Amino acid sequence: MSALAAVTILVFTACSKASSTASGPTATTAGETAAACAKSATFLTSGTITIGTSNPAYSPFFQGGTTSGSDWKLNDPTTGKGFEDAIAYEVAKRLGFSPGQVTWVPVKFDQSYAPGPLPFDLNIQQVSYKPVRAQAVDFSTGYYISNQALVAVKGSPITNAASIADLKQYKLGAPIGTTSYDFIANVIQPNGGPASYQSESDAVAAINGGQVDGLIVDLPTALYMADPYVQQVKNSVVAGQFTNPPGGTPPYWGMTLTKGSSLTPCVDLALAEMRRDGALQTITKTWLSDKTNVGTVPLIGP
Amino acid sequence: MGTAPAPIPPVIPDLRRSREERRSKILGSFKAEGVRGVLIAILSTLVFLGVLIAIVINSPNWLLIKQQFFNSREFSNTFPYVLHGFFHNIEVFLMLEPLILVFALLLAVMRSLRGPIFFPIRALAIVYIDFFRGIPTILLVYLFGFGVPALQIPGLPHAGAFWGGVGLLLSYSAYVAEVYRAGIESVHASQTAAARSLGLTRAATLRFVIVPQAVRRVVPPLMNDFISLQKDTALLSIVGGQFGEAFNHGQISQQSDFNFTSLLGVALCFLVITVPMTRFTDHVLERQRRRRMAGAAL
Repeated sequence: MSALAAVTILVFTACSKASSTASGPTATTAGETAAACAKSATFLTSGTITIGTSNPAYSPFFQGGTTSGSDWKLNDPTTGKGFEDAIAYEVAKRLGFSPGQVTWVPVKFDQSYAPGPLPFDLNIQQVSYKPVRAQAVDFSTGYYISNQALVAVKGSPITNAASIADLKQYKLGAPIGTTSYDFIANVIQPNGGPASYQSESDAVAAINGGQVDGLIVDLPTALYMADPYVQQVKNSVVAGQFTNPPGGTPPYWGMTLTKGSSLTPCVDLALAEMRRDGALQTITKTWLSDKTNVGTVPLIGP
Repeated sequence: MGTAPAPIPPVIPDLRRSREERRSKILGSFKAEGVRGVLIAILSTLVFLGVLIAIVINSPNWLLIKQQFFNSREFSNTFPYVLHGFFHNIEVFLMLEPLILVFALLLAVMRSLRGPIFFPIRALAIVYIDFFRGIPTILLVYLFGFGVPALQIPGLPHAGAFWGGVGLLLSYSAYVAEVYRAGIESVHASQTAAARSLGLTRAATLRFVIVPQAVRRVVPPLMNDFISLQKDTALLSIVGGQFGEAFNHGQISQQSDFNFTSLLGVALCFLVITVPMTRFTDHVLERQRRRRMAGAAL
């Protein structure tokens, strides 16, 4: 339960910084509400807000499960359950949309930053902010900052690692395009190089097939993968989480929008309101902190 | 053309002259058209390129596309990784190609065996070729790359890239076996009859008479398959792992920076290898054709 506490505190101290450094026009007048801002913004289909996420929609960010006949794998975002799902509906509400006016579209990660108009008003799929990425799309301010964590098979030698130096001899994998992959490549720097996978599902298949000794993923994902009731990675534990890499906090997660979207400042306003009145903290606690069945996760030092 | 009477064409074609003409086919057509033809060709090429560039640059998203696809800084940042990965592509290609050539020949010979007694062997080869040629290569690479390691068979390698490579090997062997078979069947039946009448056994006939002629005939299509295999080593990217070939590195940079420029570097690497290989195949084809023509002229 306490595994995420440190992270959660981190999010809300770091976010004030994030909002000032984030790109995008802040053409909002002081005191304007998100709802007022959204009135003058343009949407793909007027009267609805189109929100994109990955399909499969991964837990614990989406948790509603799926019904037969649904095009969504693992979790159907229309249920409103899960961390990012709840945030998306809360943001939509503050922009003036009822849950019935929210349309979800499946968006592949690389589709979410293709040049030109994007097929969504708003995209939420654990996208971490980087200055270079902000040249291609608009980022909202952060709604979460995650520590990186190590998932490994219970009792395997890698679970005894106490420092990053101890990890260098192992094969470590992560999906490409993630902070986790960058963490392996730039911070851990294993002797044999990082093992890259095209998706989270492939990375899970790889560790289950014994191709790698461990996976590096975001802490909430790790807690889900190794959950005793889920065990997405067979017979696994969260062997440790990492303190922030030298040189600052890990990148925050933001929603992405078409470059120059008129909606970006409104989403920032909605998130600011949520931070102010505690809604963001409540959602984080409900869907991340309170949900984990894994005990305290040890820190792996530098 | 003037008033001079046209020369009477020789009955036997002048081989040397026609070779030169073929070599410079493009220039040859200019000669026929004269200077005016050259000027028209240059002008039309320039106009064509100009219109094409104007359309692209004036497209509403050109600035974004330039930033995300033709970004020189991104290119210089990512190309070293891509190039490093590309050596792995070449490595895999060089390892697989000899194995494929040998295995496929074995399959083709198995399939070409005549007589009822060889039916099981023939059937096996046919089933194998139908099966592996009928499945998309990308699927074989993926299924082998993730499926076989998951079996956890002791003593076998765990690396996905290794098994992805096996998938490529199996798929390409099926294709190349069919190329060989076409070659074997193109050797006239009289060759077998002649060899058998000289007292050669069936096996010796195949080994010394049929296969050497067959292989020589299918060198150009085999080289096409080489080129194809060289490109398909990029399929190993879907298996991922520590292997890190060129496309894989390109995608890592692409996903990390939201920029597609790194993939242009990948394309460039492949072109540098495949274009000369294609030209060389053309050259071999041409030489073969010339040999046949020379035979016909005699």
